[in-house]
Amino acid sequence: MPDLSGFEHQLLLGLWMTIRLALTALAIGLVLGLAGAAAMAAPVAPLRWLARAYTTIIRGIPELLVVLLIYFGSSVLLMRLARPLGYTGYIELSPFVAGAVALALTFGGYASEVFRGAFQAVPVGQAEAAQALGMGRIAIFFRIVLPQAWRIALPGLGNLFLVLMKDTALVSVIGLEEIMRKAQFATGATKEPFTFYLAAAVLYLGLTIVSMSLLAWMERRANRGMPRARAS
Amino acid sequence: MNIDVMIAALPKLLEGAWLSLQLLFISGFFGLMIAVPLSIARSSPRLAVKALPYAYIFFFRGTPLLVQLFLVYYGLSQFAFVRESPILWPVLKEPYWCAIITFSLHTGGYIAEILRGAIQAVPVGEVEAARALGMRRSTTLARIVLPRAARIALPAYGNELILMLKGSALASTVTLLDLTGMARTIIARNYMPVETFLMAGVIYMTITFVLVRGLRFIEHRTSAHMRGRPTGPDTAPPESIA
Repeated sequence: MPDLSGFEHQLLLGLWMTIRLALTALAIGLVLGLAGAAAMAAPVAPLRWLARAYTTIIRGIPELLVVLLIYFGSSVLLMRLARPLGYTGYIELSPFVAGAVALALTFGGYASEVFRGAFQAVPVGQAEAAQALGMGRIAIFFRIVLPQAWRIALPGLGNLFLVLMKDTALVSVIGLEEIMRKAQFATGATKEPFTFYLAAAVLYLGLTIVSMSLLAWMERRANRGMPRARAS
Repeated sequence: MNIDVMIAALPKLLEGAWLSLQLLFISGFFGLMIAVPLSIARSSPRLAVKALPYAYIFFFRGTPLLVQLFLVYYGLSQFAFVRESPILWPVLKEPYWCAIITFSLHTGGYIAEILRGAIQAVPVGEVEAARALGMRRSTTLARIVLPRAARIALPAYGNELILMLKGSALASTVTLLDLTGMARTIIARNYMPVETFLMAGVIYMTITFVLVRGLRFIEHRTSAHMRGRPTGPDTAPPESIA
């Protein structure tokens, strides 16, 4: 057992912050992804262009740049918006909110492609059959189409979540006290950077392993009732 | 939005973009060098041979690039033998080399996993045919399996290059003035984060666009024998882990 010089508790606090950040970004990102997929299939052309532009931009610029842009850019934009309303003080998003929004934007950009593919893979006949049975549009979406698309989208979304969890480390750059930031503090006090960054790496590996087994369980659950895996 | 600010920042940002491209291509090259032996060992049916590459790939794909970069740049200096070594220290005290070493090791892990999939996707019949013609295992590997696997892996390797371009932005966290680092120093002077970061974003998008086009061209040139089959890096999933 390595000597963490009493910083174990701080690192665990950081771990908790990382988990909260990842789950918040996941929740917002899933909504963005669904909205993006819906926009891509929209009958209105400008909506489709907007969704296309969103995914192209997100896939073309670094996550770190998105984090920095949201954190520093939002404060400038919010102040510009607030000035006509008579407020001249300093406004900024907290690192947590800015980080969650930035990571959610990234996740959502990739997830909308995953959802689009998944919704296309659900046979139209399924929705038509539900309509013929007299189900409403909302009921059809939530009870027929979404559960089937979910099964197809899950592996892709799982990969994206693993990427998202590793990207949470980037939010340490704007000062959120998650695993990396806590490790930096510990490094400053003990002058043992290798020990603490390795401890951080172990925490991330642990998160990856736990998420992977959770995802495997969710995939098994989503696939119950499906024929067993065909030969590849 | 202030267009003048964006244009004024352009020369410096392009200077930064040049460093980003250096980091990308040098680590892309070394990453490939690391990945080839790793993927061959990883495809082995023997546990003793594949255990180490498996652990390597798992570590580099399971932890954030930022942690890996800090482990190399800040972490290794914890050890006295590194600081006192006349060979290691001149290299490891330079953020430039630390970034290149980390990015190469990182992308090497990802490319190895891509190559492993490609090696396993080479039709068994082709390997058997080579063996039947009397080729030795090493010859079969060099002349049949690896060239075939290289073509199969190409689209995914292209995706990995683009992910690495985006990852190279982390070089700015170890004081390097790559495209992102340059943008951050410009902002420290002009206080125009939105304009400057957007301009940097535009340059990243342009590089991505050129990379995607270039890769598509190479894919087209190397698929003359199977024309008609749809190819293209943008149809593949963005990133996958185990």
